[in-house]
Amino acid sequence: MDFLNAIVALANFVVVPAIAYGSQLALGALGVTLIYGILRFSNFAHGDTMAFGTMMTILVTWWMQSVGISLGPLPTALLALPFGILATMALVLTTDRLVYRFYREQKAKPVILVIVSMGVMFILNGLVRFIIGPNDQRFQDGERFIISARDFKAMTGLKEGLAIKTTQGLTVVTAIIVVVLLFWFLNRTRTGKSMRAYSDNEDLALLSGINPERVVMYTWLIVAALATIAGTLYGLDKSFKPFTYFQLLLPIFASAIVGGLGSPIGAIAGGFIIAFSEVTITYAWKKVARYLLPEQWEPDSLVQLLSTDYKFAVSFVILLIVLLFRPTGLFKGKSA
Amino acid sequence: MNDTLKNIALFGVVAVLIAITGFTQSWNAALLIVNLGLISSIMAIGVNLQWGFAGLFNVGIMGFVALGGLGAVLVSMPPTTEAWAAGGGGVVLGLLLGAATVIGAIMVMKRMQPGRIRTVTLLAVLIVGFYIFRSVFDPAVLAVEKVNPAVTGYLGGAGLNILVAWPVGGLLAAGVAWLIGKTALGLRSDYLAIATLGIAEIIIAVLKNEDWLSRGVKNVIGIPRPLPYEIDLQKDAGFVETAAGFGFDPVMASTLYVKIGYGALFLTVLLIVLLLAQLALKSPWGRMMRAIRDNEVAAEAMGKDVTRRHLQVFVIGSAVCGIAGAMMTTLDGQLTPGTYQPLRFTFLIWVMVIVGGSGNNFGAVLGGMLIWFLWVQVEPMGLFIMQVITSGMAEDNALRIHLINSAAHMRLLTMGVILLMVLRFSPRGLIPEK
Repeated sequence: MDFLNAIVALANFVVVPAIAYGSQLALGALGVTLIYGILRFSNFAHGDTMAFGTMMTILVTWWMQSVGISLGPLPTALLALPFGILATMALVLTTDRLVYRFYREQKAKPVILVIVSMGVMFILNGLVRFIIGPNDQRFQDGERFIISARDFKAMTGLKEGLAIKTTQGLTVVTAIIVVVLLFWFLNRTRTGKSMRAYSDNEDLALLSGINPERVVMYTWLIVAALATIAGTLYGLDKSFKPFTYFQLLLPIFASAIVGGLGSPIGAIAGGFIIAFSEVTITYAWKKVARYLLPEQWEPDSLVQLLSTDYKFAVSFVILLIVLLFRPTGLFKGKSA
Repeated sequence: MNDTLKNIALFGVVAVLIAITGFTQSWNAALLIVNLGLISSIMAIGVNLQWGFAGLFNVGIMGFVALGGLGAVLVSMPPTTEAWAAGGGGVVLGLLLGAATVIGAIMVMKRMQPGRIRTVTLLAVLIVGFYIFRSVFDPAVLAVEKVNPAVTGYLGGAGLNILVAWPVGGLLAAGVAWLIGKTALGLRSDYLAIATLGIAEIIIAVLKNEDWLSRGVKNVIGIPRPLPYEIDLQKDAGFVETAAGFGFDPVMASTLYVKIGYGALFLTVLLIVLLLAQLALKSPWGRMMRAIRDNEVAAEAMGKDVTRRHLQVFVIGSAVCGIAGAMMTTLDGQLTPGTYQPLRFTFLIWVMVIVGGSGNNFGAVLGGMLIWFLWVQVEPMGLFIMQVITSGMAEDNALRIHLINSAAHMRLLTMGVILLMVLRFSPRGLIPEK
């Protein structure tokens, strides 16, 4: 029984990737949950907003790389990120002014807003593919590993190596910073409190003199920032391909709903739950089982509960179970 | 001008557009647009039943269309006798065991008192059932897939006539829709949308991975068709003579004949579906459904079981989509799970329903034909416009090359813009609900 090797293998193939993926999902789900809580509709265009933000960041990163600006061991994309965020903010404010405001003033049914967001999704999808093309784009540079598998094995003398990529560490650190900032904003500043009030009870908030258009504007600004950061981190960690961002919509919505739509803490918890479930259920446990079980019980097969092709199915099944047994989600978000 | 005249004029416009395509490009292209447009119209009617009658936002149409295609395979492909002998029994037994586990779990949930004992029993049933299911199912599946994987490697179908497959595809889709509706229909509209989107993804994932059922990504080719093959027509002396009499060469005549034949079949199905949908609309059942849609609270107060009615409409609408899916697979002659993409099916059909007029069956048909025509034609038109715009630039100008290559993506943009314009300025669509 080789506990140390088993733990390292587990950390390398399950825990570290799941934490990184969970942080990315959590940031995406935060955006979705804020829009649901304050603007009261499910934004199907969120995945493509992330794609747009990442695309603008990539374009600025390429320009920076071409004129020789770099950030040393960290990816240059971090420097380009503020520009991407600004561009996305402009985009979402424009779409709100052109598209969503009309339906808000009409007090249209939420389902109509969802269909409208589908239209915006089409447009953003076409726009991103038009500008940058539908193919894979790589834009990371800088140091690749914080600690590579070889170095780890040399340091500890174990058979299993633990590799932590720079992008994974960056994701976790950025996610923590963003979440802390967001919660400080929502809880301590006056604007944040007015947003929460508007989300809880619209009529009472209006009676207190809160300006709804301001609240909506701040919501879109924050959502744009969250979407761009989430998208860029995902693109740095894996790679940028417009179609993938559309596919991410399902796990992101699953995370937001599992945690409770409208509740920021729920979005974060949901993100990690979905990420860990996806990775754990589709991981081939044979290696870890070999380290932990005595020789006679060693498994022949891969001990993989579901094949990796069913990854999205896992997040969906969890979503369905939560919706059936606890529709308001884990942290009691809005249900109506 | 009165309504009927306006509607006829709208259909006339679409007919003229298609005729223009026939004259300027080719009749084959125009007929292809007509055939796929007819299929899309049937899907639009199915969606319209769910949205227009009951206000259900089903974003999982792709899954039901794929199930219809699977039905076509399961009915019309010849059975692979070796595979059945090797593992067929095991596969069926495994599926039954899996179903028994699920039913057992549901019964435990319903019959026992809530509490710790119930949770433990539930987990025990699920875990034990899962292991038994896998231990029977996996070796059988492996045996089936080993049989001649390059050509078959799956269980095959029932070997019946392909036209039987169309209603069977609809039944298959209806069955799955019933299961899904039972679980997901109590949810709010936003949640239902996401749930149905996820279910469609799962159905496609199953089709792509379960090789024993549908050959997965190896695709099923050579699906039988109700009309003769073009090659056989070209070899038939009688046909060649008749074609020459009309002034067509054999190749052209055979392709046109097959396409017109399909068009006639699809048109028949469309007219039957349309007739049934109109009868349903005008009937007391249809009026009740729309009353439930407009004021659910009042309907529940009057004692209507809203969820059960929604389930009825959900199943019927999905069955119609399944029939259209079977027809489409017949037209393609092959089942390719990789082509079922959410953008192509689900959202495009929704654009058709909304632009055509939600709640109106003729609107759905008009939307189907018009949007499909635009979807196909926007690409060459966009290319043409791009070439005109960039004609002033040098041949190898990077911007020019990029713009011309990206003209294909104008499709998505155009669809989005059309959807938004219609929702903003004419939300009831071209042919509104009466």
